[in-house]
Amino acid sequence: MNYKELVNKPQKFAPGHRSCAGCGFPPIVRTVLASTDDPIVAACATGCLEVTSTIYPFTSWGIPFIHNAFENSAATISGVEAAYNALKRKGRIPKNKKIKFVAFGGDGGTYDIGLQSLSGALERGHDFTYILYDNEAYMNTGIQRSSSTPFGASTTTAPAGKVHQGKEEWKKDIMQIVTAHHIPYVAQASVHNPIDLSMKAEKALNTPGPAFLVVLQPCTLGWRYHPSMTIDMAKMAVESNFWPLYEVENGKYKLNYKPSKAIPIVDYLKPQGRFKHLFKPENKHLLDEMQKKVNERWDELVKKCE
Amino acid sequence: MTNSPKTKALTGAQAVAQAMRQINPDVVSVFPITPQTAIMMQFSQFHADGLVETELVRVESEHSAMSCCVGASAAGARAMTATASAGLALMWEILGVASGLRLPIIMPVVNRALSAPINIHGDHSDAMGARDQGWIQIFCENGQEAYENTMLAVKLAEHKDVMLPVMVCQDGFITSHGVQNVNLFEDKVVKKFVGDYEPKKWLLNTDDPVTYGPLQLQDYYFETQKQRADAMLASKKIYLEIGKELSKITGSNYPLFEEYKLKDAEAVIVVMSSTAGNTKVVIDKMRAEGKKVGLLKPKLFRPFPYTEIAKALANKKYVAVLDRSENYGANAPLFGEIKNALFDSVVCGDKDVCVPKLKSYIFGLGGRNIFESDIEDVFDVLLSDNFDNKVGYIGLRGEEK
Ligand SMILES: Cc1ncc(C[n+]2csc(CCOP(=O)(O)OP(=O)(O)O)c2C)c(N)n1
Ligand SMILES: [Mg+2]
Repeated sequence: MNYKELVNKPQKFAPGHRSCAGCGFPPIVRTVLASTDDPIVAACATGCLEVTSTIYPFTSWGIPFIHNAFENSAATISGVEAAYNALKRKGRIPKNKKIKFVAFGGDGGTYDIGLQSLSGALERGHDFTYILYDNEAYMNTGIQRSSSTPFGASTTTAPAGKVHQGKEEWKKDIMQIVTAHHIPYVAQASVHNPIDLSMKAEKALNTPGPAFLVVLQPCTLGWRYHPSMTIDMAKMAVESNFWPLYEVENGKYKLNYKPSKAIPIVDYLKPQGRFKHLFKPENKHLLDEMQKKVNERWDELVKKCE
Repeated sequence: MTNSPKTKALTGAQAVAQAMRQINPDVVSVFPITPQTAIMMQFSQFHADGLVETELVRVESEHSAMSCCVGASAAGARAMTATASAGLALMWEILGVASGLRLPIIMPVVNRALSAPINIHGDHSDAMGARDQGWIQIFCENGQEAYENTMLAVKLAEHKDVMLPVMVCQDGFITSHGVQNVNLFEDKVVKKFVGDYEPKKWLLNTDDPVTYGPLQLQDYYFETQKQRADAMLASKKIYLEIGKELSKITGSNYPLFEEYKLKDAEAVIVVMSSTAGNTKVVIDKMRAEGKKVGLLKPKLFRPFPYTEIAKALANKKYVAVLDRSENYGANAPLFGEIKNALFDSVVCGDKDVCVPKLKSYIFGLGGRNIFESDIEDVFDVLLSDNFDNKVGYIGLRGEEK
């Protein structure tokens, strides 16, 4: 789809929700939902997306939607998809009626507390697409560290202080974990590139069986940058090779974008308040370590894509 | 008139699996835990043999088992799962979601002790830990009751004025693995009785989108909870109505609680589930000796029939309540409810009610046996009119009789 087609699709996620100015997830949700003309049923984990879009008696969801709890978006959509199969078999839903199933979850709801539920649903082979909007912390409860939070970032449960300099562990590689389930389609995308995102969402939605898509979602409050810069932040994450755009289709890796010359990681980190402490002279070695890690992971990925 | 049933030698678990086969639910989520597993192994075999059209989802935990049922039920399917002990505890969070979203999920529970120490045997601590999550709870004495109540539960849960999930509880091993004669009714009769689930708002009706599980703040949450509480209370009457309908098939009765030689009894034991059966045997023996003893066996624990029980126990001299679970630092669960019920009748100024002298007993934790002689001892204590209000422990090491 091109931009024009994308923006002219019917809106399935209505404005009027209460996410922050500059929040990255509304365009992700809209783009994903616009990537099929079939009816969609969505499940969503507890988190910013769910609490800002379903404040009773209002809802932003123009499609059937269910929020169950924090850690069970994938198990919930499993039940919905199972119901679809059963009711179709029993003739309560017309045989030719196609419905797409999508489960949304944040990084906390996916990398951490919902990992088991996701793994189970992938292994069982339900026909659904999992969309992980990754803002790299538990944002809804006030910016706590998750296993997706990058090394060095200051969060409210791993803050930078006199002795500790924010998160001391590396970001978990969810793509590898999901790929290890040998599902037909796994992809990583970013909110700044809706054409790439929509292409991946379309593929994911049209893939029979489970598909997984992780989308980087900059968060103005959590990452501490100006609300006008969400798209720039996402772009820099990709341009620095911190967040490569790639897909794994039936086990085959493909790099979707290769910066002609990657920008240094510090350019990406600099505008973000969560990394401010790393720019003290005594923390320079941490920035060096980060650059080294980004290079290593990128080289590993490029090899897989050859 | 009753339809001619087939009598089979079945365990309680197999009896429930038979009910599930006849109900033919749309979606069943499966996860093993002793002693529940016996139900799902049997049901999975029915599935493997093509005897049900159910979509079987072999989830990776009980948390996901209940989450899957929530998704399936909201989607418009008749959904079931079964569990015990730690499995029920792991589901706890989602039990409240199921009832809060008013989803008529049916769940056989095979009652088993909770950890720690780990123990696989029968007691009621699992169900008591889940009693305040907005589920209707029915306790069954034997396999026959578990079989029939599973059918009843489907209609009760899905009744438009109820729309609440239901647990059908039986005692771990004692009932679930004990072989009994069970009368099975004809498939087509059961199918007709349970009918089809006709959801009002369902996710798969994509022409009429619905948002399930929204955020409700200070302005709406309270009203939603009141509606759930009202539905729970209303379910008592509907349970009785559906029970009457089921009677036409089975010939049995489905009261809120069973009374056994209660009318003229001086000394009464209140106990649920399989131990009620043992108590009846003891009562017969003691009655033959001229002792006025009787039983009140609660079947519906949630909603709890306070007024009806208060009436039934009015003017009894002595009542012992036998709980198969502890309630650390508080009245044992069933005892607490009975005491509540009787207090209600006093403050309501019902002049004819004279409150019986009460005694609380705990028994059978972790599957500890209770013998007929123990039950007889309890009656003897009551009839001696010489007992204090301290909690008695039946069959506990070091506890004198
Ligand atoms: C079992 C459970 N534990 C904790 C919470 C509290 N909680 C709600 S949302 C949330 C954070 C969600 O983080 P994430 O999945 O990253 O989504 P985000 O808010 O960042 O969009 C937490 C910790 C909860 N609702 N349920
Ligand atoms: Mg997050």
